[in-house]
This record gives sequence, structure tokens and C-alpha cells, in this order.
Amino acid sequence: MANPDYSWPPMEKRKVIGQRFKRLDGPQKSSGRAKYSSDTRPKDLLYGAYLTCPHAHARIKSVDTSEAEKLKGVASVHAIEKAGTEIQYQGWEVAAVAASTEEIAREAARLIKVDYEVLPHFVEDHDLGKAGARARQGGERVVGDPEKAFQEAEATSEGQYGIPVINHCCLEPHGQIFQWKPGAASDGSQDQIMVWPSTQNVPAYATDVTQRLKVPTNNIKVKMDYIGGGFGSKFNPDAWAYVAAELSKKAGGRPVLLYLDRATEQMIGGNRPSAYSKIKVGGKKDGTITAFDAFTWGTGGFAPVNPAAQPYILTRIANQRETRTPVSTNAGTQRAWRAPGNQQASFLTCCAIEDFAAKIGKDPMEVYKLNAQFAPEARVETYRYQLDKAAELSNWKTLWKARGSATGVVKRGLGVGLAAWGGMGHASQCRTVINPDGSVSVEIGTQDLGTGTRTIITQVAAETLGLTMNQVKLVIGTNDLPPDGGSGGSTTVGGVSTSTRMAATNALYKLFETVAPALGTEPDNLEAVDGQIRVKGTPSKNLTWVAACKKLGPNKISEMGVFNGRNGGTLLTQGACGVQVADVSVDTETGIVKMNRFVAVQDCGLVINPRLAESQVFGAVIMGISTALFERRLMDAATGRTLNPDMEWYKLAGIGDIGNIVVHMDIRKEMDSRGVIGLGEPPAVPICAAVANAVANAIGVRVPNIPMTPEHVLGALEGGKA
Amino acid sequence: MSSKKDSELPAKSPTGFSRRGFIGRVGIGGGALGTGLLENEAIAAPPAVAGPGAVPITLTLNGKPVKVTVEPRVTLVDALRNYLDMTGAKRVCDRGTCGACTVIMAGKTVYACSILAVDAVGKNIETIEGLATGNALHPISRAFVDNDGQQCGYCTPGFVMACKGFIDEHPNPTEADVNHGLGGNLCRCGTYMGIRKAVLQAAKEMKGGKSNG
Repeated sequence: MANPDYSWPPMEKRKVIGQRFKRLDGPQKSSGRAKYSSDTRPKDLLYGAYLTCPHAHARIKSVDTSEAEKLKGVASVHAIEKAGTEIQYQGWEVAAVAASTEEIAREAARLIKVDYEVLPHFVEDHDLGKAGARARQGGERVVGDPEKAFQEAEATSEGQYGIPVINHCCLEPHGQIFQWKPGAASDGSQDQIMVWPSTQNVPAYATDVTQRLKVPTNNIKVKMDYIGGGFGSKFNPDAWAYVAAELSKKAGGRPVLLYLDRATEQMIGGNRPSAYSKIKVGGKKDGTITAFDAFTWGTGGFAPVNPAAQPYILTRIANQRETRTPVSTNAGTQRAWRAPGNQQASFLTCCAIEDFAAKIGKDPMEVYKLNAQFAPEARVETYRYQLDKAAELSNWKTLWKARGSATGVVKRGLGVGLAAWGGMGHASQCRTVINPDGSVSVEIGTQDLGTGTRTIITQVAAETLGLTMNQVKLVIGTNDLPPDGGSGGSTTVGGVSTSTRMAATNALYKLFETVAPALGTEPDNLEAVDGQIRVKGTPSKNLTWVAACKKLGPNKISEMGVFNGRNGGTLLTQGACGVQVADVSVDTETGIVKMNRFVAVQDCGLVINPRLAESQVFGAVIMGISTALFERRLMDAATGRTLNPDMEWYKLAGIGDIGNIVVHMDIRKEMDSRGVIGLGEPPAVPICAAVANAVANAIGVRVPNIPMTPEHVLGALEGGKA
Repeated sequence: MSSKKDSELPAKSPTGFSRRGFIGRVGIGGGALGTGLLENEAIAAPPAVAGPGAVPITLTLNGKPVKVTVEPRVTLVDALRNYLDMTGAKRVCDRGTCGACTVIMAGKTVYACSILAVDAVGKNIETIEGLATGNALHPISRAFVDNDGQQCGYCTPGFVMACKGFIDEHPNPTEADVNHGLGGNLCRCGTYMGIRKAVLQAAKEMKGGKSNG
């Protein structure tokens, strides 16, 4: 097979791909039988607990672990930080303990005495004027001649908008069970490590551990069947892996379970950087934007992180000026958050554009359509199509009224948000094994975050081999399998579907070579359909799958599919678009925003499983509604402490808070022919923009800051025109 | 988002009090811990002295007596997960907000993180492990699969148990009932659209006598 044809079968010929299969691991999860890493209870398990710093900024004067070490049941104590360490945020890990029970471990952690010299802190980010030296003035980026463009503009609008720091709030906290069995010089045995992590990156985990602990990768086993949420915050082994490792080694190699408690999880387990922006938009009275000026700042914790770049999507606006200023705060460090930077950018830019549309008295849907010309060239028509589709599904023409024209106490409004994402698949390797008894296994070192990865790999293999789903056994989730990548950046589906298609095609061709003589033809003249190997064009000349495999004799087929990131041909690509519309009602007396309907139009190229794709979009939208209405990390300026490191005051949306959601996957043939594109990120981008714009449309004034809480809504109403 | 369902339900606990009932009555923003409500609870059910060391207790789990030795400070969810290897119930918020640890105790839906194991003695505790045996699926679990009411799945066992308690009390729910009655469980992946459909499907099936739970 000189040039195997890996390309996807045409839409109308697919039997498994494109079908709405239920997720394969669904029964395990919904019966409670799925064992997450944090559910694993290996023999001789010890429970770990952290002592963390209560101060936002402090220097350690002394650490005394002696009382903890004396407590009955304590197996090992590890002082992470020593006298002199300068701590930069609350929740910083100072020491850890492993004990026979979790209760003893927590008690022992409380017995560790730490003396601090408390230092001045800075935790506020919304007011740049207060940041002083903690703000690092960013450089200016200029395109065209913004000064002149604003002078010549027929209309301009100005506004300030803010989107706060939010927490990942993964339900399964960060952590792992780590077992480090020391080797012994006496018998020449080497160190052995077994880890059950909660990670988005099983394949790279052992490499990290080797670099850090100097234990050969061969001696490290990593296993993860299920993960309770990551959303970008769980890529590396992290400090807690190595703390658990120390505790395990000190305890003679007993496994140690160490997960962050909820308060610590909220403080240091990851957050999305804030972004605040003063934006000026200039343009023509027909709605064409000619100038865009954004002055943006925000914080990602102590280390400076540049806030989101603008203008979002409409990057070809002729005249632009942008300044981005990172602010350093004494708060937990940011981590990647499901489309890093994009939610902030979408919110800021789309709010500014809707304010411009309101200023010139135009329907924002028309203004977006007109300005779609400034999106990347290849995406312009897609955005126009999707804007029309979203307008149709949201009943925009009937329901949308000019800003502020809604009457009554409870006012209804509609708003738009735009999304863009890459979603190119990562390098990935897959092994497909066909056994002489007809059984098939597909092995790939990936992980299923709940996105449906298990299901779509199995669909690709079954489609390629002409089999049904239950004829394919899938093996994922350990580090000794063919390497895949981390599940982040919406790169998984493209990677695994490409490598699986290649491996299954290669394995099938080997089977064709074996059975071709029996069918009196050449291997290239065979096809696998409906559990048969048959001659193309002569379906009556066939062998059943089992009969064909029997001809292998004693030897199984084992073939690799290697996608190196570049050789995927038409199997995959990148560049997804999305348009979303929020339909809300705002009670102008209580300030409560209620979701009526939400429409999400999304493309992601070839859709392997529409049911799971829709679930991804539903999930992204619900998560976005939660951030638009409720979520905000609250810091106390006076004490520097986090006020809501929990789940009652750090509020997530519940089942009654989300209204009704309509998802439209754009699976037109021209989208399908592009190949597979990742989907995890793009639909999570525009929700805050759409909701904030709908609120402004309803009540007639801009509520500048997310979340759309009564405090913010009533504040804007009382302030009049913001 | 507080547990609205319990405000409608008769309090079945002998003490007439539970964390869910408490939240139902005073609301999430009540902040009424200093009002004497907890003292009243103490008077209603003076606790037997146990501990401070580990004490042997017998829990009734899915109808069967199970012996376990725990310190009195061990919560029910920790007893299940760390001492009995019953890890269906998850510990997430660990303070009675998110519902990932939901079990049914003496017929009432409760947060297992907010009950001490020693206080659960003598009451039948239904956990997700008891819903169905072997590879069988309870109609609620099956409905979650059919309607894709789960992604990462970490909230799912708690949600399934909350649905069980909800359907037991509301055999003919409307979608509005579901939105109101399952507000005590939180999902981070955003699976509520599937869960709504799942609850309605399961309620219909269970009423049809197909329930094995």
C-alpha cells in the first residue's frame, strides 16, 4: 500500500461516524461504578493533608513540625517551605502530612506551628488607579491611523467593561494518589512509582515525574480511567504530586492520597484572569467600524499575565490602538481556562460593538453582519451564515427591540456574542490490533475528560473496519500505550480520530492482503462493510469478518497510525466559528436576571457524534451562563483573604437557572468536508458577551461588569446612563 | 439554588431537623446560626457520648448491616468512601452545597458530608451502590445515559440519588418541578439539559412499574 487512502468516507456512505451513539462510559458513571483516581483505595493507603498559609503576603519566620510528628497515626511529615520563604498568596502550601486516616492527617497539619511576618498585600484589580507599581504598563500596538480615524468618524461610542477572576471549580479537586517505593542497594532493586492522577495529560505525566524525581520512566506507571473535571487547570503533575511523592517515600513507599480540600482548591487550583477595558469605537452611520481603541488591564495572580487581546475576531478593522497592562496581585495563580483569553476578549469587544450599534440606532445583528468583513478572510461567510441562523433560531426579528424600548418592571432583551477557536488536532499515535478470532482492540494513550473521547475513537475504528461499536475494544488512560497528547485546546478529537483512522486503515489493509487470494482479487479491490470483507462492486463475493480473520492463522495484526501533527491530509483542520444569542428578562426592581432562551450556532467541521457534540455545546453554554450571572472570586481588600473559597458563596448555576438552550451544529456539507475540528473550547467563549448585551438591550443602560448580579444591575440602573 | 425541594417535604427525621431542612427554611442567605436553631436540635436529640477515639458502629447500608470503626468526627460520606470503599458518593464542597455526596437516609434525601457517621446509626441509608446489582442499570441511571445527562460524571451519582429521592416524592413531575426540586445539586460540566430529560423519562418508566430499585 504505497499511498493509503485515509480520507473520510463521504457523508452519505458513513454508517457509524455521524451517528448519535450514547457515550460508552455512561453506564459506569451513572451507576457510580466508575472509579476516579480520587476513588482509588490501594492497599496500605495513607491519607494526606496540607497546611496552607492564611495570609496573602507574608514571610515565614519558622516552621515547627515536631508536634505533628508525635501524633499517633502520622506516617510522614514534609515541611515544604522553610524560614525565609516569602509567600505571595493565601493558600500557599507550607507543609503536608500523611497519616493512617484523613482525620488524623488534618489534625496533624493543624499541629504544625508556623510563625509569619505578615507583609503588605494588594488583591484588588478592578481599579487600575489603585495598582500603583503593581501595574506594569504594557506597550502600545497601533494599526493604521486611529487618531485620524476617530476624528473622521461619523459616530463614536465609549465604554468601560469588566470581567472578573473566576475559579475553575473542578468538582474533583486537584491531586492524586502517589506511591514511591524506594529501591534498595542490598538487592539492587530500583525505585518504583505508581500514580493515579487527576490529569488532562496522562501521556506526558511520567516524563515530568522522571525529570523531577530522577526515577527512570520505565519504572513509572500512570493510570487514570476517569477525571472529575479539568477545564484547562490540570495539565502538569503539579507541586502536590511531588509533595505526595515525598510523603510516600518517607513512609517507606506506602501510597499517599493527597487532594486539595475545597477551600484550597478554590484558592490555588486555578482561575481565569480578569480583564477590564476602556474601549472607544468609531465608524460610519451605516455601522461600518473604522476605528477601535482599547486600554485593557487585568490580573492572573502574582506573576504578571497580559490581559486579553482585542479587537476580538474583527482583527482587520482598519485603524486600531491597544494597550494591555498586567496587574500583579497577591492571589492564586491563573491557569488555562477553556479558551484562554477568548471569553474576556469576546465579552469586551462584543459589548463595545453593541454599544456602538445602540449609539447609531442600528440593530446589532446587522452591525455584526456588516463588520464580519473584518474577520479572518476564510471565516467571513461562515459568520454571516451563522448570524442569520442565530437570528432565525432566536426569533430575533420579532423579539429584538431597540435598546431601552422595553416597558414594564420586568424587561426582556436580546444580545449577541461571537466565538472563534483553532481546534487543530495534536500529534497522536494509535495501535489497532486484529486478532485471528476476529476481536479488535484499539490502544491509544489518551484520556476521556467527559468529552466523549472513548466514544468517538470507537466510532472511527468501527466505521473504518466495517464493524459495530461493540466489536471494538478500546484501551486508554495509561502511560504505556501509544503516545497521544494532553487534552487541552480542543486538540484531542482531531488527534485521536486521525491516528485511529490511520491505524485502523493500516490494520485493515493487512487483513485485505491476507484474504485477497481467497476472494480471487487484489487487496486494493476489497472493502470492509457491515461485518464483511467483500470485493468492491461484487458484494456477493465476500467473507464474514470472523472468517476473514481466521485466515490470519496464529498471527494477529498489529498496526500503528502515526499522526505527526502535519500528515493528516483532509482528515482534520482548524478554525471554528460560533454565534450565540441570549434572551433574558431583567427585573428592574430586584435586579435579578433570568435566562429565557439561549441559542448557540456552532461549527466544528466533520461531526463524529452529533449527540456528544451537542452535549459539549450545552455544557459550554451552561458553564458560560454560570459565569455570566453568578461567578466571581471575591477578595477582601483589607485582609487580603479570599471571601468565597467554597461553593455556596462562589455560586454555580443550578438546573433552574439556565432557561432553555437551543444548539444548532453547523454540519452543512461544506463544513463537513473540512475535516475534524476540536469543539471543547469555541462554544464556551461568547456567553458573557451575549448575556451582558441582552441585559443592556433590556434595561437600556450598560451594566459594565460581569457577573450580572442584582448588585451590578441595580448599580447600573441607579447610575443612569453608564 | 438552595434545596428548595425539602421546604415542600414533610420532615421525616425523628429530630425534625436536617441541614437541608434548615436551608429550606431560612434560605441560603439566612445566616441564622446564632438564632438558637442548633440549640433546639441539640435539645430534641441529646447525642450519646461517643469517642473521642474510634468507636465501632453498625450502619444500615442498602438494607444490610455493615460494621465499621470510625472516630465520631468522621462524616457519613468519609465513612462510605474512606472506610467502606463505597466511592459512588463524591466529596466535593464538603459543606452541604453541591449535592455530590447525596444519599437517602431514612427515606429522606440528605447530604452525606453534613451528617456524622455515628449519627446515621439505625437509619437505612440508600447509596448508589444499592440502586442496581451487577451490570444492571436502575431506570434513573439508564435515563442519564439515554439523555446524556453526564460528562465528567463526578456529580452524577449524587444527582442520580437526588433524582431517586425526588421521583419518590414526585412521581409525576413537570419540567418546572424538576428545575425546582433538583436545585440542591450542582454540575460543573453543564449537563442540566440532559438531566431534565432524564428525570422525566425515569419518572415515566418507574411509574410504569419497570423500576427495579
